[in-house]
Amino acid sequence: METTLRITSARAGSDFVSRIEKISGQKLLACYQCGKCSAGCPMAAHMDVLPNQIIRMAQLGMKEQLLAARSIWMCVSCLTCNSRCPKDIKIAEVIEALRKAALGGGERNDHLHIMELPSEARSVLPPIATISAMRKLTS
Amino acid sequence: MENENKPMKLAYYPGCTLKNQATNFDVSTVSSMAKLDVEVEELDRWNCCGTVHALNSDNVMNRVAPITNMIRVKEAQARTEGMASEFMTSCAMCYNTLKRANIDVKKRADALETINDFLSLETTKYEGDVDVLHLLEYLRDRVGFDKLAERVTKPLKGLRVACYYGCLLVRPKEVAFDDVENPMIMENLVRALGATPVDFSHKTECCGAYQTVDKPDVIAERTDKIMGSAHEEQADLVVVSCPLCAFNLDFRQDDAKRLNPDFHNMPVLYFTQLMALAFGCDESALRFDLQHIDPLPVLAARGLG
Repeated sequence: METTLRITSARAGSDFVSRIEKISGQKLLACYQCGKCSAGCPMAAHMDVLPNQIIRMAQLGMKEQLLAARSIWMCVSCLTCNSRCPKDIKIAEVIEALRKAALGGGERNDHLHIMELPSEARSVLPPIATISAMRKLTS
Repeated sequence: MENENKPMKLAYYPGCTLKNQATNFDVSTVSSMAKLDVEVEELDRWNCCGTVHALNSDNVMNRVAPITNMIRVKEAQARTEGMASEFMTSCAMCYNTLKRANIDVKKRADALETINDFLSLETTKYEGDVDVLHLLEYLRDRVGFDKLAERVTKPLKGLRVACYYGCLLVRPKEVAFDDVENPMIMENLVRALGATPVDFSHKTECCGAYQTVDKPDVIAERTDKIMGSAHEEQADLVVVSCPLCAFNLDFRQDDAKRLNPDFHNMPVLYFTQLMALAFGCDESALRFDLQHIDPLPVLAARGLG
């Protein structure tokens, strides 16, 4: 991903940054980019932006890039990142806050459209799969 | 087993998937507990555990469903002699969600009060006085693996078992009842059943969870890696405690095989099925007919068919 970003204090202190910190309950500036979260992430191979990059981009208030990232939908909250972070940052909570930001905003904005799946694909799924997916991926 | 003559009574929360695709998990849980003289009583009017724990800081609303179940436990305890103020679930996801909600409200009096206000039509109030136990924890701490070993009638001799924990039994550490990075509780159980646990690299690596709904290709990659690491250690089968892991690791093996032609099919069982097998239960308690990969050939090869 090629990005040119002008870092300003206004961006880093933006409403978006404070909203993500508030929803997640995390202090983004605690991160010193050790990369343990990305090293252990089982979904990293399927992500366009790695977990440590998500935290850096969130610190910098890169709202558009973050909300457009495939990564926020790939994270399944397995919490490996949280349990290994030396700074006790709950990265999964930050990603959940980004999903909430993308799914919220007044209008229905589902990421998963379960009824568009072929019925034979739907019918084999156990309820634990469909319910958890809809809890995480729909408005 | 404090009293050999009187069966212990234990409130049981099955969860939605054990009443649907994972009937094998449900019947093997109840049958093997009966062999241990523990009478499990399914909770009356249990409802959804909440499925996934909401990670946002403003989350009291998401605790209403799990906490309603605590009230059902209190009601069951009030009318049942010899039932403790605790309940057991064998589903890892239900355990995780119920346990986290319970820890939350025990810590936050204001959240508990809000939930009780919301549930004001209930005749019982929740006061943080119920404990959530996973079946593995119950077996280790209340029954004991030594006692459990005494009830084995068909030792699983020579059977090489890879114990897969996934995420929900070990993360976050507040809910873990064993080491977060290298849990051994299932290995100790498997050893008590006479089988040989095998060490493998991916026992706490996520299976990809609900991505299975619309991204089976992602699960194929996960299943290939996880099952492949168990195969590398010459495991005969993998045991799990989560119906979502079971679905991904068992039913998505066809996708894994398409991704990697060298993928080796291997059965995936619930740990309770392995217990029921060692306790001499019959097919009605095992329900091997519900597995995608048939375990009978590997069991027969070990003389356990």
